[in-house]
Amino acid sequence: MILSIQNVVKRYDKYTAVDHVSFDVPKGSVFGLLGPNGAGKTSLIRMITTITGPDEGQIFLDGEKLNANSPEHIGYMPEERGLYKKMKVGEHLLYLAQLKGLSEANARKEIAHWFEKFEIQDWASKKIEDLSKGMQQKIQFIATVIHKPKLLILDEPFTGLDPINTTLIKDEIAQLNQSGISIIFSTHRMEQVEEMCDHIVLINRGRNVLYGEVQSIKNEYKQNLYRVETQTDLPADFSSHFEIKNLESKAATIQLADESQSNQVLQYLLQQGLRIVRFEEILPTFNEIFIRTVGETGVQ
Amino acid sequence: MSKLSLIVKREYLTRVRKRSFIIGTLLAPLGLLIYMLVIIGLTSYETGGKLEVAVLDEANMIKQLPDDKGIHYILSSGKSLDALKQEVKDGKINGILRVPPISSMQKKDHTVFYYADSKLAPEKSGAMERKISEKIRDFKIDSLHINRGSLEMLDTDVSIDPESISNVGEDESKYTAGVGLAIGGIMAFIMFFMVLMYGQMVMRSVMEEKTNRIVEVMMSSVRPFDLMLGKIIGAGAVGLTQVLAWVILSGAVTFLIPLIMHVDPAQMQSSMPQGPGAMDPEQAQGDALRIFSELSKQNWPLIVGSFIIFFLGGYFIYASMFAAIGSAMGDDMGEGQSLTLPVTIPIILAFYITAFVGVRNPDSGLMVFASLFPLFSPIVMPFRMAFNPPWWQVGLSLVLVVASAYFFVWLAGRIYRVGILLYGKKVTLKEIGKWMFYN
Repeated sequence: MILSIQNVVKRYDKYTAVDHVSFDVPKGSVFGLLGPNGAGKTSLIRMITTITGPDEGQIFLDGEKLNANSPEHIGYMPEERGLYKKMKVGEHLLYLAQLKGLSEANARKEIAHWFEKFEIQDWASKKIEDLSKGMQQKIQFIATVIHKPKLLILDEPFTGLDPINTTLIKDEIAQLNQSGISIIFSTHRMEQVEEMCDHIVLINRGRNVLYGEVQSIKNEYKQNLYRVETQTDLPADFSSHFEIKNLESKAATIQLADESQSNQVLQYLLQQGLRIVRFEEILPTFNEIFIRTVGETGVQ
Repeated sequence: MSKLSLIVKREYLTRVRKRSFIIGTLLAPLGLLIYMLVIIGLTSYETGGKLEVAVLDEANMIKQLPDDKGIHYILSSGKSLDALKQEVKDGKINGILRVPPISSMQKKDHTVFYYADSKLAPEKSGAMERKISEKIRDFKIDSLHINRGSLEMLDTDVSIDPESISNVGEDESKYTAGVGLAIGGIMAFIMFFMVLMYGQMVMRSVMEEKTNRIVEVMMSSVRPFDLMLGKIIGAGAVGLTQVLAWVILSGAVTFLIPLIMHVDPAQMQSSMPQGPGAMDPEQAQGDALRIFSELSKQNWPLIVGSFIIFFLGGYFIYASMFAAIGSAMGDDMGEGQSLTLPVTIPIILAFYITAFVGVRNPDSGLMVFASLFPLFSPIVMPFRMAFNPPWWQVGLSLVLVVASAYFFVWLAGRIYRVGILLYGKKVTLKEIGKWMFYN
C-alpha cells in the first residue's frame, strides 16, 4: 500500500467534511478519488498532502505515518492552480523543486530534462504571465512531478487543456505510472475514470460509499443486460421467450435473470437460423454507477 | 538551504528587482535634491527689481542710508514733496519716503509715509521700516546722550542649561532637548512610515497569493507558518535595504548640493527667512558647533541598536497582523477596509501621541505608558530614547516588544493557516478570532 487512510475524520466548526473514511491505495495503481462537489474530496486531499491534519484517524504514506518529510514524496496538482505570474519559468521551477527538497544542481538537471522532453527549452526566461493557460498548465505539471514523488495527486488535471496537450499529459501520467509512481486521480469526468483508473473510491457527504477495483465494481453493478444484433430481422415471437428491454427490427436489449442464461439466447437465435453480428453484455458505465450511488446516498 | 530561507530569498529578490522598487529607491533622494534646489532657488530669488526711493528727511536725522534688499535710497532733503512727486510721475524714481519730524522722545511709534502709485511689496516695506527704525534709534541715542557701550551691556542672552543631579558626568546643554527632539522625531517618523508601508505590502502580497491560488501549490510543500514568516522577513529586509539606500543616497545628495549650487551650507542656513533679531553669522557658527558636539555626545550605538530592535519588533508585530488580515481577505480590497482598520489605528495613534504629547513633554505619564505598551512602543520609545529615559523603562520596553513580536507572529500564523485556504466567504473579525483556537 502506498497510502492507507484509516478512519479519518475532519470537522470544520460543526460541519463534518470527512466522516470516518477508510481506504487503501495499492502501490503502482491509478486510483480514482470520486465524488460530487462538496463531498469532501478536497478536505481529504489536503490531509493527505499534510496541508491540514485529521481530527481523528490516521494516514500512512508508504507504511509511514504522515510527517514533516512526507510532502517531499508527494506531488500535488490542485484543481485551483496558480503560479507566481511575475516569475520566470526557469526560476519558478527551480524554486518549487528546491522547496520539495531537491538540491539546486539536481533541480537544474531535472528542469533541463523536462524542458527537453516537452521541447520547451526556450521558455526558461519567459515570464509566467506571458504564457498561455495551456502552457502554464504544462509548467504546473512539471512542477508537480519534478521531485519524483512516490505518490502523485492530480485534481482535474485536464481542465483547460486542448486535446493535443491532454494526450501529452495523459501519456506522461501513464509513463510515470509505469515507472512505479502511484497516482491518485480526482475528477468528475467518468469516462476518464474508466480509461485510466484501476481502483476507485467514491466519497459522498464525507463518507466512503463505494470502494474497490474498477472491474469488480462494474461487475457488481451490472444488471445482466445483453445486446444482440443480427443480420436479418429478429423472429416475431422473440419477446415471448425473453424479457426485452428494447426491441428494434435487427437488434434488441435483453434483460436476463442471471448471466448463465446468455447461452440460451444464443442457442435460440442460432436455432432460428439467424446470423448474429454482435452479442455482448452491457456493463454499466461509471457515469451510471456514480449517479446511482450518489442518488442513493443523497446529494449535499 | 532551508525552506524558510528559500522563501525569504524569493520574497526579497522579486521585490528588489521590481522596477517600482528601484525607481522609488532612486527617486526619493532625487526628489529631495530637487526639493532642496527649489527651496534654495526660491529663497535667493530677488522679488521685484531695484527700487529707487527718494528719502525726504523732515526730521533731519538721517546722514546716510546705504542700499539694502534691492532698495536704492536717494537722500533728497533739499527738494519739495511736490517736485519729488513729479519725478515719480516722470518715472525717474519709484517712490518717496517722507520721514516726519519726531515730536517727542517718549513716543514709541512713528509713522513715515511712502508715496507711490505702485504697490509696495511687503518685503520692501519691512526693509524700509527696519532701516528707518534703526536710524531713529541712533538719533534717540545721540539726542539722549547715552553711551553706546553701556547700552550694549544691557542686552543679555539667557539660556537654561539643564544639569542632572544624580548623573553628574552627563553634561546637558540647552541644545540637548532640541537635538533630542530632532533625532527622536526622525526615528519615530521612519518607524511609522516603514511599519505602515511594508506591513501593507505584506498584506497585499498575501492576498495576491491567495487569489492567484498559488497557496494551494505552496502549501503542499511548505508549512503555512514558514510561508508567512518568509514573506514577512523578506519584505522587512527589502524595507531595511530601502532605508539604507536612502540614507546613503541622501548623504550623497546633501554633499552634492553645495557643489551644484556653489553655496556653502552655512550660507544656506542664513538664507532662510529670518525675522528681526536674527543671529549673526558668528553666533550661528557657534550654534552649529554646539549642535555637532551635542550630536556626538549622543550614545549612538545604544540609539541605533535599540532602534533596530524596536524596528524589527514593531515591524514583526504589525506585518504579522497585516498578513493575518490579508489571509482572511478575498479578492476585494475594499471589503477588507473594515479588517485593516483595527491594525492601522494603533500605528497612527502611536504617531499622534508622539507628535502631540511627546514633543511637549517626552517624560509625561502618557508617554511613559505608550513607550512601554508594545503596540505603541516601537514608535514612541525610539523618540524618547534621545531624552535619556530611565534605563529600566528602555529595558522593559525592549523585552515587551520582543515578546509581543513572538506572540503576534505565532497568533498570526494560527489565523493565516485557516484564512489562506478559505475561499468565497466574507470574513468578519469575530470569525478571525475563532480561527485562533482551531486545532
